[in-house]
Amino acid sequence: MKLKIRKNLALIDQHDKNFMYGGKFGGNFIPETLKKPIDDLTKLFAKLRKDKKFLKERDHYFKTYVGAPTPFIKLDNLTDHLGGAQIYAKVVSEANGGAHKIYNATVHCLIAKKAGKRFIVGDTGAGYAGKMLSMAAKKFGLKCKIFMGAKDIKRQRPNVEAIKKNGAEIVPVTTGSQTLVDAVSECMRYWVSNCDTTHMCVGSTVGPNIFIKICAWSTAQISRELIKQINDEFGKIPSKLKLINCVGGGSSAAGFWNEFMNTDAEFIGVEAGGPKNSKLHAAPLTNGSKIGILHGAAQYVIQDKEGQIGSTESISAGLDYPGISPLHCFLKDAKRARYTSANDEEALSAYKLVSGLENISPSLEPSHAFAEAIKLAPKLDSSEVIIVNSCGDSIKDKDIIKQKLGSYKR
Amino acid sequence: MKSKIALAFQNCKKEKRPALITYTVAGDNTKNNSLKILNEISKHADILELGFPHNTPIADGGQIQGSSHRALKNGIKLKDVFQIVKKFKKNNPDKPIILMGYFNLIYQKGENNFLKSCKLSGVDGLIIVDLPYPENKNFAKKCKKKSISFIQLLSPTTSRERMKKIVNDSHDMIYYISMLSTTGGRLKVSPKKILQNYNTIKRINPKKNLVIGFGITEKTISSLKSANGLVVGSMLCKIITKSLKMRQNPVTKLAKVVYNLRNKIL
Ligand SMILES: Cc1ncc(COP(=O)(O)O)c(C=O)c1O
Repeated sequence: MKLKIRKNLALIDQHDKNFMYGGKFGGNFIPETLKKPIDDLTKLFAKLRKDKKFLKERDHYFKTYVGAPTPFIKLDNLTDHLGGAQIYAKVVSEANGGAHKIYNATVHCLIAKKAGKRFIVGDTGAGYAGKMLSMAAKKFGLKCKIFMGAKDIKRQRPNVEAIKKNGAEIVPVTTGSQTLVDAVSECMRYWVSNCDTTHMCVGSTVGPNIFIKICAWSTAQISRELIKQINDEFGKIPSKLKLINCVGGGSSAAGFWNEFMNTDAEFIGVEAGGPKNSKLHAAPLTNGSKIGILHGAAQYVIQDKEGQIGSTESISAGLDYPGISPLHCFLKDAKRARYTSANDEEALSAYKLVSGLENISPSLEPSHAFAEAIKLAPKLDSSEVIIVNSCGDSIKDKDIIKQKLGSYKR
Repeated sequence: MKSKIALAFQNCKKEKRPALITYTVAGDNTKNNSLKILNEISKHADILELGFPHNTPIADGGQIQGSSHRALKNGIKLKDVFQIVKKFKKNNPDKPIILMGYFNLIYQKGENNFLKSCKLSGVDGLIIVDLPYPENKNFAKKCKKKSISFIQLLSPTTSRERMKKIVNDSHDMIYYISMLSTTGGRLKVSPKKILQNYNTIKRINPKKNLVIGFGITEKTISSLKSANGLVVGSMLCKIITKSLKMRQNPVTKLAKVVYNLRNKIL
């Protein structure tokens, strides 16, 4: 059955009274202990997002601290090289810290202050969510703890160092696959034990409903900027426009698309296909995974027949997650967005091509989105426009890139 | 007709002691051993909780995660969990068994199918960690129709108003989580404070059987014995871990520990 998206209602608000999107995605599958803290946070956020003073504060920090707007540039060399659609990038990696995770982190710290909390905890995979939370926590005077899988600590060293330098404590998670999925679980478990004093920030548009809302509301800044920049560049929204974004949990994509919901722009989400010849991947939407419950929300999720969450693999720590935001499940089933995947090798060669031709250096996550743009562009007419969200900087991946491609230049 | 869970509480009240409720994980450390453990500890425990393991638990501490991990590594499946219950019930038809776990396993099997298997194997009650009130209303109703108790949880964060609603809608047993913690945390609240909260809930409806769980060990159990029931879980999982490490038989070890626990609340 095709789900319907209502016009004139923000995507994050299109849930029913049980906080389910399309009647089947999302919700709050949480332990009793978290009911009250989540209720409190839900009420506080509902109030704050209508509070003009709070909005002013948010805009102030987005401008002076995050650095709004991030650049919108044409990739002339890549466009010429591929010989088809015009390719642009929204260079969100220019935001303070080097990725879109700064929006969610900043807003969560502002909320934590309003809630009178002195401690903040968060999960991280690629390390950007953790780096940004530790940065914002330092700025706003909160004590910060970051949960990170032991495997990710090894493969995303530069961000680990940044987190430590910001004075946050890193808690290595050694259960399960030792990646993002385990970091989120451990962070939630920590919150269960400390929810009286501590605010929790979920690093993407996943988890209990309120965290999905706060995160997508924060990253929506990306498309608020972009829609203006597009109008400045083209005088209108191009009639044939594709917005391509990688999806791990889905926070950058949700923010990149939000303001375009009621336009004709085509949304393409790119999941992590994993190594070329491996059965393992992190692409539940592309590979037809069934609906299940992960981290408090119903979503398409990689799992076995019994409901045990399945293993994933991706060269990109930020996309290496078995689930996907309920918002994207909803957009998929409403046929508003389409989802595909790029494998490790495709992402690496996209990184190589883009960073070689252009003055940007996307991390392995947005390199998945560029891989799709590279596949599509030659088949399209030059009147068509592709915009890729270059949502993260490659510096964190320098070890992996050096190992796989022989060198890392900057 | 009174349920086996209700009868167990009635017996304990007659003996002026709380019900001793154990929690172990199905398949820990093997299918056979977990059945043997149930058989042994049921001599001293009044109600048995049996965990059906999930690999992404959001409310379990290290001990229970360890037990679940061992069980899953041994390939435990839901059908094995029901087998264990069925075999146990054959020899102990009156001892109540409560399955405890996360909702995704029920969701994948289908609520009705899951309840059918519960009924066929003799499950008396269910605790679903991540299906809170009021989201659990529908499923709780289905349980009631099948005479399976859906056990609601209350926590120190539960508001007064919410408590009243949950107590009102509850079946044969209510579970009070002693403190803000995942399972297996050290008891960080004084027994006095826990019993204060316990009594507040009791006053809402004194007839309801209210048990306390989380952080209860040999050391703390007697200080809470005025409750209707006390749940010991992580401590038992820890003993299995320890006895495996020391190459001892977890079955005999656990039987002894549960016997001691029982003596502490007489
Ligand atoms: C640069 C970058 N892009 C994308 C992601 C994936 O997350 P999301 O899908 O929420 O944007 C991450 C996550 O860590 C990231 O660091």
